[in-house]
Amino acid sequence: MIARLTANVSARSWALIAALLVALLAAPHFANDYLLTILILILYLAYTGQAWNIMMGFAGQLSLGHAIYVGLGAYTAAALYVHFGIGPWIGLLVAIPVAMACGAIIGFLAFRFGVAGVYFAILTIAFAEFARIGFDHISYTGGSGGFFLPVAQYTQNDLWNLRGRPIMFYYVILALTIAAFLFCHALLRSRIGYFWFAIREDEQAARALGIDTFRYKMAAVMISAGMTAVAGVFFAFYYNNLFPEQVFHISRSIELILAPIIGGIGTLFGPAIGAFVLTSLSETMTELLHAFGFDFPGAKQVFYGVCLLIVVVALPDGIWPWVKRRLRLERRA
Amino acid sequence: MSTLLHIDTISKRFRGLVAVDRVSCEVAQGEIFAVIGPNGAGKTTLFNMIAGALSPNEGAITFAGERIDALRPDEVCRRGIARTFQIVRPFPALTVEENVLVGALLRNSDVARATATAQDVLRRLDLFDKRTQVAKSLTLPDRKRLEVARALATSPRLLLLDEVMAGLRPTETDRMVAILRELNAAGLTILLIEHVMRAVMALANRVLVLHHGAPIALGKPADVTRDPAVVESYLGAEAL
Amino acid sequence: MPFEIYLNVAVSGLLTGLVYGLMALGLSVIFGVVRVVNFAHGEMMTIAMYLAIVLFQALKLDPLIMMVPIAGALFALGYVMQAGLINPFVDRPEHSQFMLLVAIAIIMVNVLLLVFGPDARSVQTSYAFDSFAFGPIIVDATKLYAGCAAIIVAAALFAFFKFSFVGKAIRACADNYTGALVVGLNVKRLYALTFGIGAACVGAAGSMLTLIIDVTPPLGPQYTLLAFVIVITGGLGSMPGALLGGVLIGMTEALAGLLFTPSAKSMFAFAILVLVLLFRPQGILGKRTA
Repeated sequence: MIARLTANVSARSWALIAALLVALLAAPHFANDYLLTILILILYLAYTGQAWNIMMGFAGQLSLGHAIYVGLGAYTAAALYVHFGIGPWIGLLVAIPVAMACGAIIGFLAFRFGVAGVYFAILTIAFAEFARIGFDHISYTGGSGGFFLPVAQYTQNDLWNLRGRPIMFYYVILALTIAAFLFCHALLRSRIGYFWFAIREDEQAARALGIDTFRYKMAAVMISAGMTAVAGVFFAFYYNNLFPEQVFHISRSIELILAPIIGGIGTLFGPAIGAFVLTSLSETMTELLHAFGFDFPGAKQVFYGVCLLIVVVALPDGIWPWVKRRLRLERRA
Repeated sequence: MSTLLHIDTISKRFRGLVAVDRVSCEVAQGEIFAVIGPNGAGKTTLFNMIAGALSPNEGAITFAGERIDALRPDEVCRRGIARTFQIVRPFPALTVEENVLVGALLRNSDVARATATAQDVLRRLDLFDKRTQVAKSLTLPDRKRLEVARALATSPRLLLLDEVMAGLRPTETDRMVAILRELNAAGLTILLIEHVMRAVMALANRVLVLHHGAPIALGKPADVTRDPAVVESYLGAEAL
Repeated sequence: MPFEIYLNVAVSGLLTGLVYGLMALGLSVIFGVVRVVNFAHGEMMTIAMYLAIVLFQALKLDPLIMMVPIAGALFALGYVMQAGLINPFVDRPEHSQFMLLVAIAIIMVNVLLLVFGPDARSVQTSYAFDSFAFGPIIVDATKLYAGCAAIIVAAALFAFFKFSFVGKAIRACADNYTGALVVGLNVKRLYALTFGIGAACVGAAGSMLTLIIDVTPPLGPQYTLLAFVIVITGGLGSMPGALLGGVLIGMTEALAGLLFTPSAKSMFAFAILVLVLLFRPQGILGKRTA
C-alpha cells in the first residue's frame, strides 16, 4: 500500500513536499509568538478544511453547518476535563463517537428522505443553529455565559492534558494536519474514494454500477464529522473558553469552508493552500491597516467575502488546480 | 438453454398513463434479445423495471431463479445485471480508466486488481489507448463504448443496453456490433433496446416488439419484421 | 394565562408574519423563476432597513411612504446583481451558485458593519406607541399598518404576475427555460427583472420591518435563514405558500416566545424546517416536482 501511495509522485513534487515539511518543522524556532499563533490558525483551518473536504469534495455533499461537529467535540472533551478531570486524548475517544452519531443522524435524515443539494445544506444549517441555541440553555456546560477550562502558569508543557505554551500546540496541530493528509491521501486511492467520486459525479449512474450510495454517503458524513470533532477538542484546549454563540455560529461554519473552496474542493492540498493564502493575506491586510491607524471590525470578513467572490467567479476549481497547472506538477491530488 | 431472465406479466402505470401493459417474455442464457418499437412504446420503462430504477405495479421479474422486482438498482447490479443509459452518463471529471475502475471495484475491493480488470475491459472495447483521457473530453462514439465498458467491468451475467447505437455512424455501428458479438460469444447474455434495425438484424436471436406499452410480436428477427402489425405500427413498408 | 394574551400574541405574530411572508415572497419568486438560491436575501433586506433608517433620520419621512423608493433602489440592486454577476452562473453547478451568493452575503453584512457599526438602530414614528382595540384584541398601530401594507404589496405582485405581459413572460421562463428562449423571450433580461422584483419585495418588507424591530447587521443572516424556512415550509415556487409560511412562522415564533423562553423561539422555526424537509419537502402549498 505504501508503494501505491507513493506512486505517480514526480520528483519535483517530492522535493517541494520535503522542503515544506522541513520549513514547517523548523518554523517555531524562527517565529515569534504572534507568528506562531498565525501558523497554528493556518494549520487549524487546513485541518478542518480537509475534514469538510471529505464530505464535499469527495462525496459531493454540501455541509454549511460543520461548526456543529467542532462544537460537539469541543464541549464533550471540555466537559469531561472540567467535570471529571479526564484528559483530552481520552476525551477524544468520547468526542469522536458523539460527533459521528450527530453526523449519522443528519445523514440518515437527509439521505433516507432524499434531502439533497441546497436543501441538504439548509438542513445542516438548521442543525447547527439548533445546537447553538440549545447549548445556550445547557448549564452543565456553562450555557450562554461560557464554559471555561482551568488555566494556570505552567513551567513545562503538559502534553497529556494539553496545557502549555503555543509551541506545543503548534506541533500537535501540525501532527494532526499531516495525519489528516496521509489519511485523505489513502482514502482517495482506495475503493471508498473512487466510490465517493462516482457518487459526487453522478449518483444515479453510481447506483447502476452496484454502489450502495446511502452507505457510502453516510460513511463520508460520519468520517468527516469524526475528524472535525478532533479539531473541536484541540479548539477547546487551545482557547480554553467556549461560548455557544461563537462555537456553533454560522460564521464559524463559513470560515471553515473558505479555505477548501478557495484552495480547491476535492483536492488533497487545496484546503492547506487555501488556509495559507487566506490567513496570511488577511493578517497582512489587518496589520497594514493597523499600521496606518485604522481599526475596522468587519474589514477582515469583507476581505474573505471578496476572496471567495473572486475565486468562485474566476477560478471555480480553486487556486490549487490552477497552481498545479502552472507548476506542471503531474499528479492527481 | 436455461432461462436467465423471466418477465411475467408486468405492468407500469404513471397516474393514468399505462406505460407498460402486461408484458411477458423469457431471455435465455447466452441469448441476444432485442426490444424494439416506436418512441413512447415503453421500452426504457421496461428496462428501468428490470434494473430496479422503477418497480412494476403488477407482475414479477425473476433473474436466475430469484425475484428481483423489489430490489434497488445497486442490489440488482450486484446480482449480475448491468445497464447502460440511453443518454450516456460517464463520470465527467474522471478519466476513462477511472470510470471503468469504479465498475470493476464492485467485485474487487483491491484497487490494483480492479485496475487490471478495468484495463482488460478497456482493451476489449478498444479504449485502452484513451484510458488517461478525461471522460468529458470524449466523442460520442467513445462515450458509448465507455458506458458499455463501465457496465461490463461489473462482471455481469446480463447486460442491458439502451439504444447504444443511437447517434453512431454506420462504421461505428458495425464496430459496436462486432464487440457485442464477441462478448456474447464469451458467454454474456445481452438484452438491448434498439431503433437501428441494421444492428437488430445483425445481432438479435429474438425480438420483442412493443407498441403503446403492449407486446405485439415476439420471435426471430426475420419473422417479426414481416409481421403486418409490426410493419404498420413501426417499420413502415420501406424497411423490408 | 388568560386567553386574551394568547390571542393578542397570535395576532401580533400574524401581522409580523405577513411582513415576513412578503420578504419570503421575494425569495420564492427568485427561486421559482431563476432557480438560484439567494443566500443574500436577508442581507438585502437589512440593507433596505438601514436605507429606511437613514432616510427617516435625514428626511423625517415615514418608512411606509419611503417603501416605494426603497423598493425601487433594491430593484436596481437586484437587477444589477443578476445581470452582472449571477447570470453567468445559471448553468453552473448548484454549489457554485450558492457560494457566489454566500460571498455576496458576507460582503454585504460586513460592509454594513463597517459603515453603521454593531449597535442597534431603529425608527421612531409618531404613531410608534399607538394601538387599536378590536374587542379583546389590542393591536400595535405599527404592526397593523405594516401587515396591511404587506397584503397590499403582495396583492399587487399577484396581479402583476397574473395579468401583465411581463409577468406572464416571467412565468413562462419559470415553466420552461428552453421553450421561453425558443419563443423569443430575452430570458437573461427577464431573469434580471425577476431578481429585481424579488429584491423590491425585500426592500418593501424591510421598510415595513423597521417599524417593528431594531436593525443590526447580524440580522441579515438570521433573516436569510428565516426566509428559507418560510419558503420551504410554505412551498418553494408557490407565492401564496410564501405568505402562508410567513404567517405560520410569525405566529409560531410569537407563541413559542410566550410559552417558552424568547431565545428558544427560533428553535421552533428550525424544528418545523426539519420536519417539512423530511416529510413534505414540497411544502404546504408547493407542487411536487416529479
